[in-house]
Amino acid sequence: MIPAAFEYHAPKSLEEALRLLSRHGNEAKILAGGHSLLPLMKLRLAAPRCVIDIGRIQALRYIREENGRIAIGALTTHTEVLESPLLRAKCPLLPQTAWEIGDVQVRNRGTVGWSLAHADPAADYPAAVLALDAELVAASVHGTRTLRAMEFFVDMLTAALLPGEILTEVRVPILPPRTGTAYRKLHQPASGYALVGAAACLTLGPGGIVERVAVGLTGVGPKAYRAVAVEKALAGKKASEKLLTGAARHAVPEHVEPLSDLQASAEYRTAMAVVFVRRALESALARAQGKPR
Amino acid sequence: MGVVIQMRVNGKTQQHEVEPRLLLVHYLRDVLGLTGTHIGCETSICGACTVLLGGKAVKSCTLLAVQADGADVVTIEGLAALGGNGGLHPVQEGFWEKHGLQCGYCTPGMILAAVELLQTNPKPKEEEIRRAIAGNLCRCTGYQHIVDAVQYAARKMAAAKR
Ligand SMILES: Cc1cc2nc3c(=O)[nH]c(=O)nc-3n(C[C@H](O)[C@H](O)[C@H](O)COP(=O)(O)OP(=O)(O)OC[C@H]3O[C@@H](n4cnc5c(N)ncnc54)[C@H](O)[C@@H]3O)c2cc1C
Ligand code: FES
Ligand code: FES
Repeated sequence: MIPAAFEYHAPKSLEEALRLLSRHGNEAKILAGGHSLLPLMKLRLAAPRCVIDIGRIQALRYIREENGRIAIGALTTHTEVLESPLLRAKCPLLPQTAWEIGDVQVRNRGTVGWSLAHADPAADYPAAVLALDAELVAASVHGTRTLRAMEFFVDMLTAALLPGEILTEVRVPILPPRTGTAYRKLHQPASGYALVGAAACLTLGPGGIVERVAVGLTGVGPKAYRAVAVEKALAGKKASEKLLTGAARHAVPEHVEPLSDLQASAEYRTAMAVVFVRRALESALARAQGKPR
Repeated sequence: MGVVIQMRVNGKTQQHEVEPRLLLVHYLRDVLGLTGTHIGCETSICGACTVLLGGKAVKSCTLLAVQADGADVVTIEGLAALGGNGGLHPVQEGFWEKHGLQCGYCTPGMILAAVELLQTNPKPKEEEIRRAIAGNLCRCTGYQHIVDAVQYAARKMAAAKR
């Protein structure tokens, strides 16, 4: 399995990469870690005329605290997210999610940015960035713009990036005290991708009231989404196991059409979405209460 | 159109003009003749093609040779030299002593994945070993002897440090 021939560019800076991308237009594909693109190219499902390898742009590889948020460069690998002391302390949902991605070798190569830009309906990070209400920064030769996670995932394998744009940064919040997060995933047994992945972020207020809660789901439908009905059923109420179980029943709203394939029927996915949302909420609550879980 | 790449493979600098679409595993096997790196699935699943790139385990069937330009690569052929005792690397020795292989097809990849684990976690629990080799499939051993082999290597390396 050998990819079709292509013209290769390895720009050293973002500016150079953006210029190349604008020059070659839709004949070009960006290559980051290559762990989504190369498998497609080997199967000849993708055969770009030109490949722009941004893997050498070190300036896109960082995790740092900035203006009260944590900024993550698009080329940061899953392993770097997993091991980041800053994220573990201040936004553990991302390391918790990275822990569930693929295997060691995949985590050593795959990058945050392209995992998001690829908008694979079974990828893990989309659930987490939705639950964190993250911001995504896209750059092109015309400048940069910031998108919210909620508007980023458009459809199956389609993100809200315009032609000529590169995702450069993901910004996540520093979570307030009494916040618990969790990612729970049902693995596709062969590929390891998510049949269902649920990310929860829950903050408790005085008297054990759910002050803020957000739930992101991946794997279920053609694109990742926020389970708004689950959140509504929880917000402002006193947290209890019963409350969480009841809320989780709203995991798959009417407007989401669950995927159905060889591994999981739409009915099974829907049933599992309810189970995994409940589990993610239970863990997030326990952590918000300071219980190790 | 060829691209000139340079990398250190098992401590030796290599320079070749390659087609950009050449996969790293084919560069290692066909251009450098290092056939110890195996090709199992070709689809990023089995881990037979695992090598160390900058000290990190990667699947060389899912990497272009041009992506490794400038990098430091270790294959199974170069591992013994990293052991530092003139003989086999402790992980290789563990596979020998504990029957960590049968047909041997998965072995080079298994060993390199285990080497990365022991670099970062010198005293792994059984569960951590199993997680570290989750990207490597073995159709023969049932994994138990592989876990034993890695534990053997961990003990041996700890003893050597003392
Ligand atoms: C065996 C295996 C198991 C895996 N398991 C999981 C898993 O369990 N969960 C999971 O989430 N992921 C999984 N992955 C995918 C992995 O996380 C990928 O690394 C990741 O999704 C993509 O990151 P990358 O850096 O490798 O991207 P690349 O493959 O380099 O690029 C991905 C795509 O993004 C496109 N892209 C890049 N820039 C832009 C842009 N500016 N605009 C539009 N598109 C752009 C590229 O052109 C390409 O099509 C797995 C991969 C493998 C090989
Ligand atoms: S041959 Fe590379 S993972 Fe199987
Ligand atoms: S020893 Fe035969 S595949 Fe592992």
